[in-house]
Amino acid sequence: MLQRSSKRPEQRLSLGRRLVRDRVLLLFALPGTALIVAFHYVPLLGNIIAFKDYQPFLGIGGSDWSGWDNFSVIFNGDPAFLRALKNTLILTSLQSIFVFPAPILLALLLNSLFSERIKRIAQSILYLPHFMSWVIVVALFQQMLGGSGLLNNYLRSHDLSTVNIIGNSELFHVLLTSQIIWKDTGWATILFLAALSQIDSQLYEAASVDGATRMRQLWHVTLPGLRGIIILLFILRLGDSLTVGFEQIILQQQAVGRDISEVLDTYVYNNGVLGGAWGVAAAVGLVKGIVGVVLVLTANKVAHIFGEQGVYQR
Amino acid sequence: MSRRIVQGVPMPGWPMRMFKGLVLLVFCAVVIIPFVGVISTSLAPNKQINESGGLVLLPKSINFRAYESLFAGGVVTRALFVSIFVTVVGTLLSLTVSCLLAYALARPGFSAGRPILLVVLFSMLFSPGIIPLYLTVKGVGLLDSIWALIVPTMISAFNVVVLRAFFMNLPNEITESARIDGAGELMTFSYIVLPLSKAVLSVIGLFYAVAYWNAFFSALLYLNDSKLWPLQLVLRTYVINDTQLGSAELGTELLPPQASIQMAILVVSIVPILIVYPFLQRHFAKGVLTGAVKG
Repeated sequence: MLQRSSKRPEQRLSLGRRLVRDRVLLLFALPGTALIVAFHYVPLLGNIIAFKDYQPFLGIGGSDWSGWDNFSVIFNGDPAFLRALKNTLILTSLQSIFVFPAPILLALLLNSLFSERIKRIAQSILYLPHFMSWVIVVALFQQMLGGSGLLNNYLRSHDLSTVNIIGNSELFHVLLTSQIIWKDTGWATILFLAALSQIDSQLYEAASVDGATRMRQLWHVTLPGLRGIIILLFILRLGDSLTVGFEQIILQQQAVGRDISEVLDTYVYNNGVLGGAWGVAAAVGLVKGIVGVVLVLTANKVAHIFGEQGVYQR
Repeated sequence: MSRRIVQGVPMPGWPMRMFKGLVLLVFCAVVIIPFVGVISTSLAPNKQINESGGLVLLPKSINFRAYESLFAGGVVTRALFVSIFVTVVGTLLSLTVSCLLAYALARPGFSAGRPILLVVLFSMLFSPGIIPLYLTVKGVGLLDSIWALIVPTMISAFNVVVLRAFFMNLPNEITESARIDGAGELMTFSYIVLPLSKAVLSVIGLFYAVAYWNAFFSALLYLNDSKLWPLQLVLRTYVINDTQLGSAELGTELLPPQASIQMAILVVSIVPILIVYPFLQRHFAKGVLTGAVKG
């Protein structure tokens, strides 16, 4: 009883009355909430067509249930599906190994500069590509590295043999990875730089009094200071690990063919939206989404076990 | 010789500094050169483009013929109007809707605040998938309409969270005093809160604007009618897929070389971003960090 009476008076009003009192705020929140529900939660429910023999003219309600039939490409290991899965996993590993650490290294470099002005100029330049669309990035890469691009023109004018980088299926995965590095490394340094600025400079002083060289300071002070944010970002990346860049790949798929460029997202688009195999495509998309969520939750659990904060609190 | 000490750390010797400078210079050059090449080629004279076989890094003289033919009223002009419309209208709508939602969620006593906040936060964890999203947009009747480029992506949960964090950090006394002076929620919001939030509004506005300007996915997915194409789809068709632009598409008889037309299309899609970029850059770190820390 005591606890109840200690609550603020407004909370003793019934829910209905509180909602009436808050009608203006409800009205404020309505359009945004409605949009999120309509274009996030409704499509989430729309995943139900993974269990249906979806016919566009019958609609979702009118189409027959088909049980797990649509999932057979996954369970029976349909070659086209396996190919997409394999390419996805290759790209994910390449990205984890090369794309993920790149901004950390660049942030360490920027942080170790003593001239604020040079640092600021470099940042302005390095952030820029993040704001370009994939269409622009792909076009720029073509102009630089393509058959009649800057690099080959230079090689030709100096009577050297030309190299074919764009449209070469053997180099395709490397090309995709380097495009991501070019586009987003600079931008991703923002978070690491912020974390670096949070590190207490007294730690460095103490370390250097103890005779630590710059390398040892990096190892014992700087990197531990970055640990939290590195783990956080890695967990978030895991959730997207089966998403390897739809726009980027669909733009360049024609040049190298599907064998090497098909990933789960392009598989879903090509078979569903273009091919009309709605149910199968939705099934693949659904499994992909579930795997992503499971990966995030698991990784977060593991982070908690190791005493890190993770994405959300326990 | 003793080394200079900065923040308790001895300054590295000159070979190390040279090395760092060099690495940084290479990084920056790799970013800058493509842009310079594209802009130069779009302005360079025909003869020089033909001689170099493609890109030009330093134009010998400058002409604007490629741009004149792009703006003569053909495909590119139309796409430019579509992109501008989508960016301006979309950004205004997005900002309005997001700010209203974020403000409501930031109010301490709002009874429905918690459930709505959960709806927003959970949407960040799951993404719905391409097929159901396409079918929803189709079901709402937006397919092959310019609004398909705006409505489905109008609100970003992440941006709402950033805005909410910013509104919550505003000193409570200011809104309280407005309340005492008799201002309602709408008055407080538009005359007190919004004017105090210019910095965060410009960053979030930029994020939305860039997303609309760059939208390729929604255009590819939802638009079949090439009359509605935004610049990004035109870029893909005529630059990446190398489809020839003839006088029928350009609406002019004067045809500069394809290379310079292509580069001019690229420039047209890059320049608006280059123009707003310097003005908003100083707010970046702040805007991004509020989101990361409070999210």
